[in-house]
Amino acid sequence: MSDRLYSKDHEWIEMDGDIATVGISEHAQEQLGDVVFVELPDIGRSLSQNEEAGVVESVKAASELYAPLAGEIVEVNETLVDDPAQVNADPYGNGWFMRVRIDDTGQLDGLMDEEAYQEFLAELE
Amino acid sequence: MRYLPQTDADRAEMLALIGAASIDDLYVDVPRSAWLDGPVDLPPHQGELQVERAMAAMAGKNLHGGNAPFFVGCGAYRHHVPASVDALIQRGEFLTSYTPYQPEVSQGTLQMLFEFQTMVAMLTGMDVANASMYDGASGTAEAVLMANRSTRRHRAVLSGGLHPHYREAVETYARYGDFEIASQTLVPDGVEDLASLIDDSTSCVVVQTPDIMGRLHDLRGLAEACHAAGALLVVVVTEIVSLGLVRSPGDMGADIVVCEGQSIGNPMGFGGPYLGLFATRDKYVRQMPGRLVGETADSDGKRGYVLTLSTREQHIRREKATSNICTNSGLCALAFTIHLALLGEAGMMRLARLNHEAAQRTAERLATIDGVTVLNESYFNEFTVRLSRPAADVIDALVERGVLGGVPISRFEPDNGELADLMVVAATEMTTVEEIDALGNALAEVLS
Repeated sequence: MSDRLYSKDHEWIEMDGDIATVGISEHAQEQLGDVVFVELPDIGRSLSQNEEAGVVESVKAASELYAPLAGEIVEVNETLVDDPAQVNADPYGNGWFMRVRIDDTGQLDGLMDEEAYQEFLAELE
Repeated sequence: MRYLPQTDADRAEMLALIGAASIDDLYVDVPRSAWLDGPVDLPPHQGELQVERAMAAMAGKNLHGGNAPFFVGCGAYRHHVPASVDALIQRGEFLTSYTPYQPEVSQGTLQMLFEFQTMVAMLTGMDVANASMYDGASGTAEAVLMANRSTRRHRAVLSGGLHPHYREAVETYARYGDFEIASQTLVPDGVEDLASLIDDSTSCVVVQTPDIMGRLHDLRGLAEACHAAGALLVVVVTEIVSLGLVRSPGDMGADIVVCEGQSIGNPMGFGGPYLGLFATRDKYVRQMPGRLVGETADSDGKRGYVLTLSTREQHIRREKATSNICTNSGLCALAFTIHLALLGEAGMMRLARLNHEAAQRTAERLATIDGVTVLNESYFNEFTVRLSRPAADVIDALVERGVLGGVPISRFEPDNGELADLMVVAATEMTTVEEIDALGNALAEVLS
């Protein structure tokens, strides 16, 4: 079982010190279908929790990417701009979106672990 | 017979239900002094023939481009529209097809729009064009909004040579939008240093060529200045025929090109409906407003057309859509496409040459008249003259002599005395030697 945490907006978060790597979950990429475009936030931008950080566009729909945690954007996955299909192929690896230096680790308490997220998904169905 | 659906009994019942004694009771909030005290004074109804005669008599009072020497331009141009254009656009398959909302069943409409987009991209020298906007002015405002989105900046610099109506359209969008406009003043010599106005909050510089006074601009330096500062260059063209002869905006480094397409295939028509052309670079396509048709292959490998990148649009992205335009000027775009297909590339270039030659002949003739100075160092089919008297008065005097001589700049800028003597004169392939003589003679008489 991984240390990955999840938000109710189907983003995943992996912590390394105070840096959170953020992507969208396997379930989210499956629901969206083939991702054709990703709009990423500017590096250095400060986001509050649940603020709109970017856009994920698939052949079916366009959805907002929300910041699961408050903090400052320190890195974005520029390779998604030219190859957005990585979001489908490898959502938990090469398909990551952004790295955020989070303001307060207390925010992590509101997120779900793998087990809780699977239960959350089961309730959705 | 009157086509009113309610009977007297229906009305009595409705009034009784709301407790009003009469219909007039519903208008108590309108001051009594504003009420009509009798029926409107209109002639009694007449038969079709009588109405046609009455309308023809009224229309006969007009002096218009079809019955007078005509040199009016400034954004609307008198060009020849081949009879085949009108015949073809009236085919039922085209005339009744609104911008398709179930697009793939309308392959003919989509193919036409795809060809339209291809033509616009080629003419403007850009990567991609949409299926059209309402007109050049609203297209310009949309270009500023698009530049704001693309750069995440909120200040647009508008050249003084931009058509004042276009500037007003942008200002209207800005009034309740979250952006600033730095508009430059129109100056007779046309010299302005737009590059010095760019700062790190500037989303775009909007510049027109040929400008409102007909001058052509080499925009390569300005494009570099914009890009160095992270701003976009928006180029506006109100006379699309010019692109048959001059360097395209795309070739000069434009990021967004907006044109008025009326000149090709569409009549002046008292100012509309017109046709906005909108083109940009590939990298900005997702921020582009409007509909976009793409070519693809179906499951049998056959060529087909689809509406593409619709995720930018209102029916999918809702309030986050790039624009609230979810239609296009379909029929005007069709007329444009048919006319340009008939002209072809060589025909378009020849048409442009004829326009420039007509303007040259007109300018040479006017330059011989005492009290007329041609101001332009460069022009396509339109140029500005300084007159020895206020231009608005001169134009009225020309109308009395049956000549529509041009547009007084004071019509756009009534408060700027420096511009009062300026008149913009346009000529096209329609302009005959006789018309140039008529203008020359009338102007010499008026100014003597």
